[in-house]
Amino acid sequence: MSSTTEREKQAPRPVRRPGDRIFEGLSTSAGILILLTLLGVAIFLTLEGLPGITASPDDLGGKTGGKNFFAYVWPLVFGTVWAAVIALLIAVPVAIGVALYISHYAPRRLSSTLGYVIDLLAAVPSVVYGLWGLLFLSRELAPFYQWLADHLGFIPFFAGNPSGGVSANSILTASLVLAVMVLPIITAICREIFLQTPRLHEEAALALGATRWEMVRLSVFPYARSGIVSASMLGLGRALGETMAVAMVLSASGVVTFNLIGSTNPSTIAANIALQFPEAFGTFTNVLIATGLVLFVITFAANFVARAIVERRKDFSGAN
Amino acid sequence: MTTTLQRTPEPDLQRELQEHQLPTYLPKAILVGAVLAGVALTVAGPLSIAQAVIVAWLLTWALPIASRVVEGGRKAADRTVTLLVASAFGLALIPLGSILALVISRGGPQLNAEFFTYSMRNVVGEGGGIYHALVGTLLITAAATVISVPIGLFTAIYLVEYGAGNRLSRWITFLVDVMTGIPSIVAGLFAYALFVIFFGEGVRVGIGGAVALAVLMVPIVVRACEEMLKLVPNELREAAFALGVPKWRTVVKVVLPTAISGIVTGVTLAIARVIGETAPLLIIAGLTDSVNFNLFSERMTTLPVFTYFSVKFPGVPPEASIDRGWGAALVLIIIVMLLNLVARAVSYFFSPKGER
Amino acid sequence: MAKSIDVSDLNIYYGDFLAVEGVNITIPAKSVTAFIGPSGCGKSTFLRSLNRMHEVIKGAHVDGKVLVDGTDLYAADMDPVNVRRLIGMVFQRPNPFPTMSIYDNVLAGQKLNSKKMKKSEADDTVERALRQAGLWAEVKDRLNRPGSGLSGGQQQRLCIARAVAVQPEILLMDEPCSALDPISTSVIEDLIHELKTEYTIVIVTHNMQQAARVSDDTAFFNLAGVGQPGKLVESGRTEKIFSNPDNPATEAYIQGRFG
Repeated sequence: MSSTTEREKQAPRPVRRPGDRIFEGLSTSAGILILLTLLGVAIFLTLEGLPGITASPDDLGGKTGGKNFFAYVWPLVFGTVWAAVIALLIAVPVAIGVALYISHYAPRRLSSTLGYVIDLLAAVPSVVYGLWGLLFLSRELAPFYQWLADHLGFIPFFAGNPSGGVSANSILTASLVLAVMVLPIITAICREIFLQTPRLHEEAALALGATRWEMVRLSVFPYARSGIVSASMLGLGRALGETMAVAMVLSASGVVTFNLIGSTNPSTIAANIALQFPEAFGTFTNVLIATGLVLFVITFAANFVARAIVERRKDFSGAN
Repeated sequence: MTTTLQRTPEPDLQRELQEHQLPTYLPKAILVGAVLAGVALTVAGPLSIAQAVIVAWLLTWALPIASRVVEGGRKAADRTVTLLVASAFGLALIPLGSILALVISRGGPQLNAEFFTYSMRNVVGEGGGIYHALVGTLLITAAATVISVPIGLFTAIYLVEYGAGNRLSRWITFLVDVMTGIPSIVAGLFAYALFVIFFGEGVRVGIGGAVALAVLMVPIVVRACEEMLKLVPNELREAAFALGVPKWRTVVKVVLPTAISGIVTGVTLAIARVIGETAPLLIIAGLTDSVNFNLFSERMTTLPVFTYFSVKFPGVPPEASIDRGWGAALVLIIIVMLLNLVARAVSYFFSPKGER
Repeated sequence: MAKSIDVSDLNIYYGDFLAVEGVNITIPAKSVTAFIGPSGCGKSTFLRSLNRMHEVIKGAHVDGKVLVDGTDLYAADMDPVNVRRLIGMVFQRPNPFPTMSIYDNVLAGQKLNSKKMKKSEADDTVERALRQAGLWAEVKDRLNRPGSGLSGGQQQRLCIARAVAVQPEILLMDEPCSALDPISTSVIEDLIHELKTEYTIVIVTHNMQQAARVSDDTAFFNLAGVGQPGKLVESGRTEKIFSNPDNPATEAYIQGRFG
């Protein structure tokens, strides 16, 4: 050991050109700037959010309905998670189907084109989704919701309004729009993973006389399972933070309810900020920033879980 | 011995392979039949388009049912899944088709010279246009690009050429991942919280929007550039070093030119991704009816924010405002799609020969 | 202008791992010296230490001296970039720059260092280098086409032209023919014969016939065992090494009775 440290001491500092030193300095500081930016996001949100967290309900001038910060943010957290989870329940099965269609069912010549088509969904700006949800989808869904309330109203999810009737601008509509928005993200990742399934495994299954579905079940799904989970978590992260579609579609009243098609709906953190911030002033601004901090923490957790799964999977996958 | 060479298939074997099997043309026949039935029912009048689609879809289930009867359970399961998977794809196309059709049919009539050349200053009811929003979108996005591309590119260079898996580069990679997941509205709040320090409470300023968009853009640019730099073969770097070229010149003159088409593609896609952002700009850039060319003072409207307010708060009577919203949405979609096309074209035409 | 190399007590490390141990060798000017030996014996590592190319890998460093006409390449104030301008290198796989034309590839050493050149001077350099690499006749009509459009053997000669265009003193070749077909290989071997009138050439090869054909001196490297550092076993005139080596391990390797 002593000999190695001695040698390192003796090793002359390599001669460095000024150009090299400047260039390495530039690129290192760019990297460090990213560290600082993220640190800045955390610090500035905390600094500006803290007065909102500690403010007493009276300081807020009734903007929070006479509640303190935590009572104010809880229904929003519920709504955020609830809307995102419903969206995911709708999007994941469809995304797996679409990805499977592109990777294993569609004619090979078409598959990359079909992939582009689905990617187009990801290119549509969120405000356009909001527009579509508000002015088209909710109107188309109204009769369907009425039917649900009439026939399945005994299930609490489909209870509709207490006075009868349903609302088309309900959380289910918002979640459907969210589902469409996260669909291309989940599809893209699943498609990549399905395509990476070792061909040998697939051919082994087919050689045993398996049908195409049996081959998919025996060789593709086991290989892709953790990938599907992490794709879903990334989709969840996106759905949690999506703002405009929810802000435009949902008519929210900040309650906690599992009713999917009623006229009183929980709001989400992001949509609430978008709706309130333009008119907000004083300490209420700080309250909204603090809710943003809460949203940041929630999405960070979802993304972190997704990354952790991807990391763990790396060690086991034969690819790369 | 030679007789085995001339063996004809045994009748039993042949029957076994061919029996209990639906004719190969049947799936196509059923699909065509279902589509025709759907079209007929719509044209004849009893059903709406949505209802006809559902009826046609239900008709396609004839195939797995027939399979169940003739071919047995395993084959029927296979055909059922095929149908489900194809249906999932069709289902995904419905929103895409309906969005495009709606935006084009509602927004198309709005596109005229006045729409592109007038702002909303002093406009009540009909008339007016998106000139101020176009200016705001272009300025803010351009500023965001100017901020994020150098940071993103140099970070990627650090990660690939200098960091080489050391502790700092692992931290940067992790934080870039975290940044990818920052909700856009949080980026807007960050920009607000930052600019409040300089400009005081209630600040609304274009450059703040650019900073917010840059926060969203940097991780996309880093990822794209990193991928592209990694694709440059090490042999090229070694070839340059062996000619006595310093490392920084090797990076600038060999590595970057080799990767440039991929980098341009990645940056274009990143621009396409943030140019449609609404939430952060709603927070920090705000809304105004007038044209503002100054990024550093006063509110600045962008296309997405304009669309949002036109539709969400149309005023009375709402029609003219909502129409303008559709028009702005169409322009926005056209811009995004063009950027996507440009990105694909760049990667197709300008990638180094022999690497495609 | 070619120069000789004197190596004394050279140890090469990757981090704490000793890859090559105790090399003492003199490589004469204007001749071809071949390094032979089994895979992983450190002959390529040693070759790369002669123009400090191994430092591209993080943690690589050396003990000992490498003198080129009396100048120590590893002196504290020596810039590795300048060392590489003095000592050129040709790699195992042809690696022309894909974004550059044939013309620009030959001038890459000058262009990448932003050296100002007159057009006529540049044209002369390109023609001289391509003639030295035996490629002029084949490419003189398409100098502006991309270098990657050439065949493998032509690409390798283009890389040789690129290396000689900066007028180095010494040319290192790391298995320059292992990715080429036999005809291209023989073209390159002829080329090496011509180049040695002007340059000191060091070549690593797996092909013993090739070593016997092209080299004046041969050095045999070997591993003492798994995990042990590589060592220079024996070096001398090629005829002697191939006919009457001093060391039994050398004889065993050359006669194919190895391992």
